[in-house]
Amino acid sequence: MSMAAAAVAMAAAPAAAAKATNTFLFSQKTHSPLTPNLRFATRASFPKYPYFSRSAPDPLLLSTAPRSTTTPSSPSPTTYHGPCYVLGDNIDTDQIIPAEHLTLVPSKPDEYRKLGSFALSGLPSTAYPVPFIPPGSDATHFPVVIAGANFGCGSSREHAPVALGASGVRAVVAEYYARIFFRNSVATGEIYPLESEETGIWKECTTGDIVTVDLAESRLINHTTGKVYRLKPIGDAGPVIEAGGIFAYARKTGMIASASTA
Amino acid sequence: MASPIMASTSSIFGGKMESGLISRFSPSISAHRCRKQALNRVLAVMAPAQPHRSPATTGSVKHAMTMTEKILARASERPQLAPGENVWVNVDVLMTHDVCGPGTIGIFKREFGQNAKVWDREKVVIIPDHYIFTSDERANRNVDILRDFCMEQNIKYYYDIKDLGNFRANPDYKGVCHIALAQEGHCRPSEVLLGTDSHTCNAGAFGQFATGIGNTDAGFVMGTGKILLKVPPTMRFILDGEMPNYLLAKDLILQIIGEITVSGATYKSMEFVGSTVESLNMEERMTLCNMVVEAGGKNGVIPVDKTTLKYLEDKTTLTFEPVYSDDCARFIQEYKFDVSKLEPLVAKPHSPDNRALARECKDVKIDRVYIGSCTGGKTEDFLAAAKVFLASGKKVKVPTFLVPATQKVWMDIYGLPVPGSGGKTCSQIFEEAGCEIPASPSCAACLGGPRDTYARMNERQVCVSTTNRNFPGRMGHKEGQVYLASPFTAAASALTGYVTDPREFLL
Repeated sequence: MSMAAAAVAMAAAPAAAAKATNTFLFSQKTHSPLTPNLRFATRASFPKYPYFSRSAPDPLLLSTAPRSTTTPSSPSPTTYHGPCYVLGDNIDTDQIIPAEHLTLVPSKPDEYRKLGSFALSGLPSTAYPVPFIPPGSDATHFPVVIAGANFGCGSSREHAPVALGASGVRAVVAEYYARIFFRNSVATGEIYPLESEETGIWKECTTGDIVTVDLAESRLINHTTGKVYRLKPIGDAGPVIEAGGIFAYARKTGMIASASTA
Repeated sequence: MASPIMASTSSIFGGKMESGLISRFSPSISAHRCRKQALNRVLAVMAPAQPHRSPATTGSVKHAMTMTEKILARASERPQLAPGENVWVNVDVLMTHDVCGPGTIGIFKREFGQNAKVWDREKVVIIPDHYIFTSDERANRNVDILRDFCMEQNIKYYYDIKDLGNFRANPDYKGVCHIALAQEGHCRPSEVLLGTDSHTCNAGAFGQFATGIGNTDAGFVMGTGKILLKVPPTMRFILDGEMPNYLLAKDLILQIIGEITVSGATYKSMEFVGSTVESLNMEERMTLCNMVVEAGGKNGVIPVDKTTLKYLEDKTTLTFEPVYSDDCARFIQEYKFDVSKLEPLVAKPHSPDNRALARECKDVKIDRVYIGSCTGGKTEDFLAAAKVFLASGKKVKVPTFLVPATQKVWMDIYGLPVPGSGGKTCSQIFEEAGCEIPASPSCAACLGGPRDTYARMNERQVCVSTTNRNFPGRMGHKEGQVYLASPFTAAASALTGYVTDPREFLL
C-alpha cells in the first residue's frame, strides 16, 4: 500500500477508500459537495439507558502499553468482539478525557496507562450510569464504542483517542467525527474511527450488547439484538492504524528510516 | 511534472528512499494526473462549442480559488488547488504549549531520534499558557520539559516562565498562546500556522491558514516542516450592516454557530466578509475566527485590509503578500446576515450551538461570571466589560473573575484609559464595580484544569463566561452550567446576578 494512498486517507474523511465510488472524497456526508448540507446534527442529548443488568462479561485481556509496541489482543486483527458502550451525539473531548488529566504526557508509558484509566470519565453519570471503567481498574471491558454524530468534537487534544486506546477500546462506530479527532485517531493508530452507513444506530443499541466489528466486511453485528449494520470502509486509513500510526506505517513501508539512537 | 515536493521529500527522509517509492509518495502527482485526465475529457477537440455556458460554471476557469485554496496552493507550491485534494504543505509556524508540547516532543524524539533537530529553530514557537499557576507537579514538570527542549534546540521563540509566584517577574512570559502569537507578530497574511490547540484557527483573522493538530502530526511537522492536508471547501459568511453598540463579535459568531450547529462546518473553511467584518478591529476579528472550531470548522479566514496592516506595522518585519478570494470562486455555502437586526446572544448549556437571546434568559440566576480566555480575555474584551460597568455605576452581585489573556492585556487593563470615563483605567472601573482583582494571564479556568486553577468551577454552579465551550465539565465541575456570552453580556449579567441583555445598561 503506497504512502500516498495512506496519507490521502489520513488527511481526509474516512471514506477515502471510495476512490472507486468518487462520491466521498469531498466530505464525510453522503451528498454532493455542491449541495448545501441540509441535515443538521441533533443537539447534544443525554439518553437514559437501563441499568446494565446482564452478568458482567469476561474481562478481556486488553493491552495497556502504547499501541505501537504491542500486538493486538484479538486473534484476528480484522474483528473485534465484546460488549459495546453506547453514547449519543456530540461527545466532546472534555467528556472523553477531562482537562485536568492533560498533565499526563501520552508518550510516557506509565502516564499513557493512567490516561487510559480516565477515559470517558467526563461523561455525566446521570446520563451514563454504567461506568466505562470499573472502579479501581484502569482498563475497560468495552472494546467497542458506539456513538452518534460528531464524535470527538471540541479540542485538538490527542489525549482523547489515546485515552480510549489506552483503556482498551479498539474501535469506535459513530455517524461521523470531528476532523481533528479523526485525524488524531489515524495518526496515533490508537483506535479505528469507523462510520456507520445509517444514522441513529446508537439508539438501537444498549450498553452491554455483545457486538462484533468486522473490518474486512465493514459490518457491525449486534448479537444481542440480531441486527447487522453496514459500515463505511475504513479504506487506506486502515493499514495506517493497523501498523500503529502514521510513523510506524511509514517505517514499516520503508518510507522513513528507523529512529536513530545516535 | 517535476514537482518540487519530490526533491524536498527525499531530503526530509534523509534520502534513504528508493526512487520508485518517491514517485508513489507524493500524492499530488497522481492527483494532478487524474485531474489532468479529467480536464482532457472536457477539453476534447471534437466537443461541441457551448456558447451559452459561462466559463465560471464549467469549473474550467483556472485560478478561480477562494482565499483558503490560494493560501494552501502557495504553501504546497502548486498553481492551482481544488477542495478535496490532499497536498503536502510547507508550514510557516508550528506552535505548541505546555499541555501538548511534552507529548509532541516525546514523539519527535522517538521518531526522529534523541539527537534530532527541529526543522527550523525560528519557526517553532513554544508558549506555556495552560496550566501555569498551579502547584500540580506534573503541570510544572511539563513547563520544565519545554524549557529543556528549547535550550537543547536553541529555539528562538520560547516565552518562558520560572517564577510562578509573580508572573511579572518573568519578562519573557506572555500568556495565552493564540493572543501571544498575534501580539508577537507570528501571525502573518497568507502563511500556514499550525498549533497543538484547537483554537489555533484564531489566527485566521490575519488572512492566513491556521488550524489545530494533534501531537503526532505536530511531531511530524517538527521534524519535517511539512504536513499533509486536505483542501477544505469554503463556506462564506457575509456580515453586513452597522454593528449596534450593544453587539460584539462574540454575538456574531454565536449567531453563526447557532445557525449551522456544532458540526455545520466540519472539514470546511469559514470565510467572513462584509461591511461589518471590515469595521471590526483585529481583536474582534480574532474572536470571530477563534470559535470556527466550535462549528467543526477546519479554519477561518478574514481578508487582509488596512486594519490588518496597521496592526502588523509594529509587530513584524517579515514580508507577506495577502491573497483574496476570486470573484468567481466557488463557495460550498453562503450565509448573509444583517447585523443591524441581531440581538445579544448566549449559548446555553451544554453546547456552543445552543443559541438563545440573552433577554429570553433573564430569569436564569447565576453564581459567577468569568471574563477571560483567548476568546474573551483580550484588551478589547476588557474595555467592553468596563464600558458596561461604567454605564451602570453599580457593583456586581456575583463573583466576577477577570483573567487577562497575556501580560500585555494585563498592562492595558491597568494602563489604558477607558473612553468616556474621565481618564479611569479598566482596573479602576473593575475595582469600583467590585470585581475580583485581574489574575495572572493564562488559560486558567476556561478548560477547568488542575483543581487549584484560578476560578475553576469546583461546585455545581451557573456561570456566564466569555470563553468558547460549555460542554459538560468544561470549566471543572461536570454539572456546572456555563452560558457562553460576549463581554458586554457577561458584565451586564454580573451586575444583576441573572443572565442579562447588555441593552439594560448600554442604551
